[in-house]
Amino acid sequence: MAVAEQQTTLADAPVPVTGTSGSQVPTVICDDVHIVYTVHGAGTGKGSAAAALYRLVSRKGSPNVRRVHAVRGVSFTSYRGEAIGIIGSNGSGKSTILRAIAGLLPPESGRIYTDGQPSLLGVNAALMNDLTGATNVILGGLAMGMSQEEVRSRYKGIVEFSGINEKGDFISLPMRTYSSGMAARLRFSIAAAKNHDVLMIDEALATGDRAFQKRSEARIRELRKEAGTVFLVSHNNNSIRDTCDRVLWLEKGELLMDGPTDEVLKAYEAHTGK
Amino acid sequence: MTQRTATLHDPQSAPAADDGLGPAELAAKYGLSVSGARPGLAEYTRQLWGRRHFINEFAKARTAAQYTQARLGQLWQVMTPLLNAAVYYLIFGLLLGTSKGIDNFIAFLVTGIFIFTFTQSSVMSGVRAVAGNLGLIRALHFPRASMPVALTLMQLQQLMMSMFVLVAIVLMTGETPRWSWFLAIPALLTQWVFNTGLAMIVARLGSKMTDLTQLMPFILRTWMYVSGVMYSIAKMAASAPHFVRILLDINPVAVYIDLMRFALISSVTSSQLPPHVWASAVGWAVVTGVGGYIYFWKAEEHYGRG
Repeated sequence: MAVAEQQTTLADAPVPVTGTSGSQVPTVICDDVHIVYTVHGAGTGKGSAAAALYRLVSRKGSPNVRRVHAVRGVSFTSYRGEAIGIIGSNGSGKSTILRAIAGLLPPESGRIYTDGQPSLLGVNAALMNDLTGATNVILGGLAMGMSQEEVRSRYKGIVEFSGINEKGDFISLPMRTYSSGMAARLRFSIAAAKNHDVLMIDEALATGDRAFQKRSEARIRELRKEAGTVFLVSHNNNSIRDTCDRVLWLEKGELLMDGPTDEVLKAYEAHTGK
Repeated sequence: MTQRTATLHDPQSAPAADDGLGPAELAAKYGLSVSGARPGLAEYTRQLWGRRHFINEFAKARTAAQYTQARLGQLWQVMTPLLNAAVYYLIFGLLLGTSKGIDNFIAFLVTGIFIFTFTQSSVMSGVRAVAGNLGLIRALHFPRASMPVALTLMQLQQLMMSMFVLVAIVLMTGETPRWSWFLAIPALLTQWVFNTGLAMIVARLGSKMTDLTQLMPFILRTWMYVSGVMYSIAKMAASAPHFVRILLDINPVAVYIDLMRFALISSVTSSQLPPHVWASAVGWAVVTGVGGYIYFWKAEEHYGRG
């Protein structure tokens, strides 16, 4: 693509990117995205076998199915080299919009365009709990499309980065024996081993200890330098301040604010009364 | 290229800010694709081939993890088919006497059970292929067909263990090694392709209809009883109407069982095989394999959603 041309056109724009090259190549475009969940098993309606049979015979829809309008008309564009924090109170649609960007949830209306395949790293994105940590590293790498040699050469680095083996040989134990913090660390290490065009981290770092958080923040900065875009959902404003230069504030599924970190965080903190 | 004017970048109206281009035009200009869109069939196949090491490692790891909770561990890979064979021999050989008129009934029965179990367990793991691996599917991006393919590969590895048991049993019942034993290889390969296609079909069905996991054992048991696992279709259906006979003969599992018996047991001769048995073995493999693959690919973007 015509990189030089973009640079000349956008050179005078107040770029939200700091510290990286000034080229403005979009990586994710959300165009008036609405997301509606269909929830099965909602409510405490009649759940007996006879009631289920009656519904089947009378061809009525289950009363337990409810529709939740989780994201209402969100539009934004992210560019290469940006780290974008997403903030908002619980249930404001942060995780939902990330899952839609990753292609795991279809938008009800509107469109999401992405550069390559975004990877979502969520809290409950368990890998294979009955397999050992070592097997998970290998399988995770292969599933992300690494070659066998690549996995072999990066294996040591991944395990070291995760710090799983700091307190003994835990990597050869099944993942179900890990604490939630350890599992989250290993998951992040596996996902971060590859250079992603778009990496989305959904509170996956919250359970790690301080040393690991520092390490992963450094890795996020590295990923940004490699011309990727990083999205970070967190309730820890300090971690957002340390890693992100742009922040989206979602509330009740609507995009309340979109701007430089300091500005948005100030408004958010004023709103939450901190 | 579209006419562009330098405008201030305003994050609030970001999509339209890039030089007055609409979001769709902007996406087209930088080569962005719609998130979660399904790749074309050729591209999908290329991606799947790229993950062959993942598929292989996944099957190996799952096999290794299968019996880690049991004291006897991997021994169950051999014990399970053996115990199955023992139970069916007790009921159908000794109590019900369906063995009448069949030479070497033990080898006949064990072959039938092992070959049917291969298809049965492929279908059962196929139903859960998407629903049982949601964690992996939601966390990482790979062609979802890797899951049913890996799971049937795992069943093939399991069957290899059973084949050692089977060969041992066949030798113990007085068969001598013959060149025709090598016919077992094409028979197994065509059956594996058939199973993979079938697993992909039920994987797509099972990802939406979770009730299928409960229903499947009944369908499979019915299928087993009409497939001539513990009796000879040729003898049993000798007086049946012609179309029933054809239906029984064209049943894919019966075809694969017939082929394996023909390969391993000397008293099963080619005159006992239904007509065009190799053609139907290959036909079932191609039709189900290709059809199942396309059927699974059609819903690629829907797996793991909701």
